[in-house]
Amino acid sequence: MKVSLNWLRDYVDIRMGVHPVRNSNGALPPPGIILKSNPATAAGPGSAPEGGPPSGAEALPGRSLARREQRDIISNGVKELINLLTMGGLEVEAATPTGQGFEKIVVAEIESIRRHPSADRLSLVEAKTSGEKFSIVCGATNIREGQRVPLALVGTKLPGGLEIKRSKIRGEVSEGMLCSEIELGLGQDATGIMILDRDAPLGVSVGETLGLTDTILDISITPNRPDCLCVIGVAREIAALTHQKMKYPGLSLSDTGKEIHQKTSVTLLDPDLCPRYVARMIEGVKIGPSPHWIRNRLEKAGIRSINQVVDVTNYVMMEYGQPLHAFDFELLEEGRIEVRRARKDEGFTTLDGVKRVLDEEMLMICDGVKPVAIAGVMGGLNSEIRAETRTVLLESAYFHPMNNRRTSKRLGFETEASYRFGRGIDYGGCLNAANRAASLIAELAGGKVVEGVVDAYPNPIRPNPIRLSILNANRILGTEIPAQQVRVYLEDLELDVRVEDEATLSVTPPSFRGDIEREIDLIEEVARMDGYEKIPLTLPKGPPSPEEMSRELILEQKAKDHLIQHGYNEVITYSFTAPRSLNGLGLSPDDPRGKFLPILNPLTEDSSVMRTSLIPGLMETVRYNISYKNVNLRIFELKRVYLTAEGERLPREVKYLTGLAMGMEGDPHWASLTRPVDFYDVKGCIEDLFEGLQVKGVKFDRAEDVPYLHPGKASKVLLGKEVLGVLGEVHPHVLAHHEIHGKVYLFEIDFGRMVNYAVEERRFRPLPKFPAVHRDLSIVVEDHLEAEKVEEAIRMLPQPFIDEVNLFDVYQGAPVPQGKKSLSYRIRYQANDRTLTDDEVNQYHEKVISRLREIFKAELRG
Amino acid sequence: MKEELEKIREECQAALSLAKTEPEISEIRIRILGRKGSLTQLLKRLGTLPEAERREIGRRANEIKEDLEARIEEGLLHIQEHERRESLEKERIDVTLPGRRMVSGRKHPLTQILDEIIHIFSRLGFEVVEGPEVELDYYNFEALNIPKGHPAREMQATFFISEDVVLRTHTSPVQVRTMEKKRPPVRMICPGAVYRCDSDPTHSPMFHQVEGLLVDRGITFSDLKGVLTVFVHQMFGRETRLRFRPSFFPFTEPSAEIDIECFICGGKGCGVCSNTGWLEILGSGMVDPAVYRFVDYDPEEVTGFAFGMGIERIAMLKYGINDIRLFFTNDLRFLRQF
Repeated sequence: MKVSLNWLRDYVDIRMGVHPVRNSNGALPPPGIILKSNPATAAGPGSAPEGGPPSGAEALPGRSLARREQRDIISNGVKELINLLTMGGLEVEAATPTGQGFEKIVVAEIESIRRHPSADRLSLVEAKTSGEKFSIVCGATNIREGQRVPLALVGTKLPGGLEIKRSKIRGEVSEGMLCSEIELGLGQDATGIMILDRDAPLGVSVGETLGLTDTILDISITPNRPDCLCVIGVAREIAALTHQKMKYPGLSLSDTGKEIHQKTSVTLLDPDLCPRYVARMIEGVKIGPSPHWIRNRLEKAGIRSINQVVDVTNYVMMEYGQPLHAFDFELLEEGRIEVRRARKDEGFTTLDGVKRVLDEEMLMICDGVKPVAIAGVMGGLNSEIRAETRTVLLESAYFHPMNNRRTSKRLGFETEASYRFGRGIDYGGCLNAANRAASLIAELAGGKVVEGVVDAYPNPIRPNPIRLSILNANRILGTEIPAQQVRVYLEDLELDVRVEDEATLSVTPPSFRGDIEREIDLIEEVARMDGYEKIPLTLPKGPPSPEEMSRELILEQKAKDHLIQHGYNEVITYSFTAPRSLNGLGLSPDDPRGKFLPILNPLTEDSSVMRTSLIPGLMETVRYNISYKNVNLRIFELKRVYLTAEGERLPREVKYLTGLAMGMEGDPHWASLTRPVDFYDVKGCIEDLFEGLQVKGVKFDRAEDVPYLHPGKASKVLLGKEVLGVLGEVHPHVLAHHEIHGKVYLFEIDFGRMVNYAVEERRFRPLPKFPAVHRDLSIVVEDHLEAEKVEEAIRMLPQPFIDEVNLFDVYQGAPVPQGKKSLSYRIRYQANDRTLTDDEVNQYHEKVISRLREIFKAELRG
Repeated sequence: MKEELEKIREECQAALSLAKTEPEISEIRIRILGRKGSLTQLLKRLGTLPEAERREIGRRANEIKEDLEARIEEGLLHIQEHERRESLEKERIDVTLPGRRMVSGRKHPLTQILDEIIHIFSRLGFEVVEGPEVELDYYNFEALNIPKGHPAREMQATFFISEDVVLRTHTSPVQVRTMEKKRPPVRMICPGAVYRCDSDPTHSPMFHQVEGLLVDRGITFSDLKGVLTVFVHQMFGRETRLRFRPSFFPFTEPSAEIDIECFICGGKGCGVCSNTGWLEILGSGMVDPAVYRFVDYDPEEVTGFAFGMGIERIAMLKYGINDIRLFFTNDLRFLRQF
């Protein structure tokens, strides 16, 4: 909310740069002293800072100080105020100075007016400021001697861009310019020079005199504090935090009198939605523009000026937080108000000219015949204030917050009024706001306030007293705030405090603090008033949690480390995707991944369903990177996919580990050859991963049925019969779909499933005491024979000493005959109790050779 | 014979000083000291000399023999040293050529920040748990004291799956799920993705949070301040100034926002901190008694605090990243900077 500093000053003392209100022992200096200076920092553990006087804090400068210096001091003071509010819970997001550029436009008095000797329409004006006199050539006709007016001195740049220079106009010297409202950017009135108050101080800048020089605070009001959605609310916080008494506006209007009851009435048909409705009437108004001061204040609050009556309702809303509505009384049929729920599908045209369709839970303000406003949201076109309005009926009501919010949400729009009603306004303040507005309307628009008030309030709301145990407060806060101090804090907030016993207070919140209902709400107030910075720093005493991390998370971190060692970069893509994202993968229609979980209100069609596979996101990441010439890619993502589960309200969220590799295996280097990545790079990475996570017994089986993989270069990752994932070269169709050229290799692991097979325990195996013996072996076999079969055959031999089998060469081409290939193995023989002799090893090795001959018709290669 | 002896000595010394290679030296050794060498031959003839002369020449001959042996040894060493040096010189390489490097990958910057956060809270005894991202309205709002129609719902633009299923707007539902499963004491953090319908340079429809919860007997607001101060000091450095500022969350009371002093401008005010000098990094508060009602904890018996932070925000501040979308476009040139 935007709040003008000048406006705040109406209710609370905001002189700045003065010493703090409270010191650390909680003793209070006399009231009226200004801002608490807040250190606003928590130092290291064990040294909670105290609110001592800030260095360089000075007393308020006297008026004799040069204006420029004063401004600097004010800006320091604004920082202090910002800090006070922010640390009190009203976060000031920005402070914007206004009325800059008026420094050289000063108040001047017209001493004489003469006709310009050579121009009929111009006059020569002599004007004086505090000490100096100026001659000005002027074209306006509304000025008289003795009036005070704005004088733009030489060097001024007006808001419209015009720069004032010393000049000669038709032979006469002009040392400045008298300004109209429009020239000052203050309004639309261009008819003549702006006439200032008689007592406007000469020589002082217009900005200051008119209250234009101001600072607008942009305060973020949390949803629990609707009472601060007005200037008085914010002032009240400042007063409480600085231990001052609020200066509420004086209200002179009497509530008593019968006249109004003879002229109108208010009937509440649905008091559950409208517990209170106050009405006042003003007769004989003359509608016209508002004076500058009210327009200025509304504008700073971001509200456009309309006419005096509407402006007053807005002004009082900004002041008290009470939204008001003004009806043209003559347009109300039967001259009365009825508050009732709308009828189903009832139509109504609001002030903005939009026709709205209502439902039975929406509350309407009606006259004797028809609806005239949507309660607490917007008035109707049929009863709005017009230029010819003479009698105003003013509404100041309290509507049920939840119902109001529902209405405004259903209708799809929010107004300043509904924003406040929806959060809850001060039901005890309806009358004051009505009185304030009525007298202001009479003051600004003429007319007379009809005697008496209609106050339909069948069941007055009375807040319940809340017990506050001082012990509880200190127990929860970790503080030792004395009861007396707590009491002062709560009373400063205008809460009604009764002492039950020395450790218990009975506290009744005022009607504007609907957020205070429970003891904890009071404890929060105490903490806030005492200052969070004063609460000490401690560490909890209890034991640490017995478990540190879930197994899945630990393995997740390990898996990422493994992939990173293999040169893979981790990526994170959005969990939502386009429904057509899987189109390129060629999945069969009954593939469960085709069943997406849709989002009802997506930002775009491309992010309208939850993903069921990480592949499309990774493909897009590849495509994106290639377009920036990042062509040697190795990326992976370990994140969730969302699989719809029949009959379940929530989907199954499963973690997948999916990676892609393409391009060269390394950057070109002067000393090593690089080569394109291939299937076996990806496979090796996955083999290492399983070994690292101790997932044992994994097998890789040829897979021809994975639609997004090359049928000849794809493998399933199996553990027994369970498929843990797939890997292989991405099918050219998929690449074409994503407009990727080149070869891309992929692995895709069902991480959640794999975790079940990871063995945590590691056991030490004693090291062999005797050296091992190696023998090499090259055989020629059929081309299509899978290498793993050969190794299995070697291992299947009833042969206790074969310790390791390592395929170190695969060769095709001359002299190996066509249709055949040569496989070369190194076999390590090892016994635990002795060094094997050459003869022994040769014997065993012969057995291996003859076995391979037997099974595969393998021939020994020379 | 005496002259003969001295002559051998001079001859040998002269030859040694000319010798450049090992074979040359060996040749000298054989020529002088070998079985048929001149000095050996001379020594054999010593017996033919008279007693007195024999003794004198014999001593001298032995002196010379030892001297020559030492010189030959020295000459050899010298040559070997020289040859070694020469051969090493030939193996000289250009040390300025680029080395062969292992190109390892990088963890995503968000993961790196998250790992750091997990590490800090693990040491403070917090367990790490996870919860669903597609969440029931009940856990995301209702049980966190945000009933239907509560204005706080509007603070979080929500993606809906159905009327009562949402994409979680914060990691806070995991608080409720954890307390449902476990009796106090509870000390946990929960990292994960969260979703809000918002998209601009500082808001992403998907982002990540870490939630924390500590509930036990006798937990105070001062404990909240202590734990989170330790966290901030470990995450951002011991010198980091911070402040706890009253705020509002429906599921904590009293609530506090934690700001750290802007490290870009040092608190003077700049664009990054919107001229406030402070950067908001954590939301926190004492668990509202209303929340305990939903999980059947007794607020008279236990108290606790909760906190939450945005990982992207911390990463953006820490690394000076100005556009949140960079985290999800995964440009390798971006990822490899971390």
